[in-house]
Amino acid sequence: MGEVADNFFNGYHLEESFPQILEGFLINIRMMLVAEVAVLLWALVLVLMRVAPGRGGLPLRILAVAYIDFFRGIPLILVFFFVCFGLPIAGVPGFRDQSLFTLSVISLTLVYAAYVAEVYRSGIDGVHPSQAAASRSLGLSYRQTMRFVVLPQAVRRVVPPLLNDFVGLQKDTALAATVGIIEGANAAQIYAGNTLNVSSYVGVALCFIVITIPLARLVDYLLVRDNRRLRAAMG
Amino acid sequence: MAADDAYLRLEGVEKRFGPAHVLRGIDLEVREHEVVALIGASGSGKSTLLRCVNLLEPVSAGRIALGGAEITRRGAPLDAVRREVGIVFQSFNLFPHLTVLRNVTLAPREVLGLSRREAEERARELLERIGLWEKRDAYPDRLSGGQQQRAAIARALAMQPRLMLLDEVTSALDPELVGDVLDLVRELARGGMTMLLATHEMGFAREVADRVCFLDAGRILEEGPPARIFGEPREARTQAFLRRVIAAGRL
Repeated sequence: MGEVADNFFNGYHLEESFPQILEGFLINIRMMLVAEVAVLLWALVLVLMRVAPGRGGLPLRILAVAYIDFFRGIPLILVFFFVCFGLPIAGVPGFRDQSLFTLSVISLTLVYAAYVAEVYRSGIDGVHPSQAAASRSLGLSYRQTMRFVVLPQAVRRVVPPLLNDFVGLQKDTALAATVGIIEGANAAQIYAGNTLNVSSYVGVALCFIVITIPLARLVDYLLVRDNRRLRAAMG
Repeated sequence: MAADDAYLRLEGVEKRFGPAHVLRGIDLEVREHEVVALIGASGSGKSTLLRCVNLLEPVSAGRIALGGAEITRRGAPLDAVRREVGIVFQSFNLFPHLTVLRNVTLAPREVLGLSRREAEERARELLERIGLWEKRDAYPDRLSGGQQQRAAIARALAMQPRLMLLDEVTSALDPELVGDVLDLVRELARGGMTMLLATHEMGFAREVADRVCFLDAGRILEEGPPARIFGEPREARTQAFLRRVIAAGRL
């Protein structure tokens, strides 16, 4: 037992490794923040294509479904390899001189937007059709109805599943280690390799958890606050 | 009546939902400032008829004209039509994520392009009239059913429609809340608002309507002044319907 504790919870190594881990972990946080904004926006584009109405919307719907199926179907690490190594090597315009950080954000965004688009869609489906009917009956166009009536209600409904995806996204920033970015997990691995003590893993794990838990509590609070309104006036 | 007087005119309107033939050839005219009540059993097509007039449902056959212009033809300006025609639903359908004031000002601002001040001035006039100005910053779930329905009527009126469609606006309300909503509709009728309303409140239809249409299985079986329809209905089915209504204590 003592040996395990010494290897995992060694106070000296925890403290010693912490500055490097924190430096790396700040990259995880930056990546997470940028990617989350990008995911929210790109997923919005995808879901608007996904629910495009009528016969005219059919090509958009097909494109969106194909995209979502594709990116939900392949392992994220393959997307990382493809985007961070494949595209620059192939000399694809626009990808050649990008930093690994940017390419990692793109990889995360491509995949997570597919998940989040489906989350958005479940939210849109959950808004009763009578809401859209009421909006259209007032003369608001399809676009205005989406913008002012359907999407605001849809997004509120899906805050918890969105958070789940964000927790996943936050953790998956560690995959950037595989393309050579010295983020938190990679920094911990380097320290452990040099010292043959894995307490640095525990340090970086704590970093991730410290971010996740307040996020979960925040959402609990938002849910309680919004629940009241969501039940309103649905008749 | 001369056809030219009609503000709203339906000719041979049919509506099918798959195998269900909900409207089977409706001819109906509503003149300006006229109040027409649609009565009939649940499922007789009253709500569907109103939804067709507002183009929330496309008609399967027939024509609907508004102010002389056919609105059921391909490429008719849907949103422009709906600007002129307000509808109030049985289930209110207020926007739950917006305050009462925002519910009322949303369409005037976004559709008519009114400034925030203009729209709120208009909303203030309406909400004061129905006694809800104090509740302007409340969300719909803080209001009683009757208040919600009156707010929904205000929301429709804020677009200054030329025709109001009321779809059983009191059916979802507790009995003690019905009165306030009916008072408001009565006031609209007195103010000369053109209205087509589906209702189960026979006493109200009798009092407020200029003309009553009895719908049965997707057809207008009988129509006329309320005194005639309620006093001496000619059709056996109308008589049977009214007997049931009287037995249920709703007339």
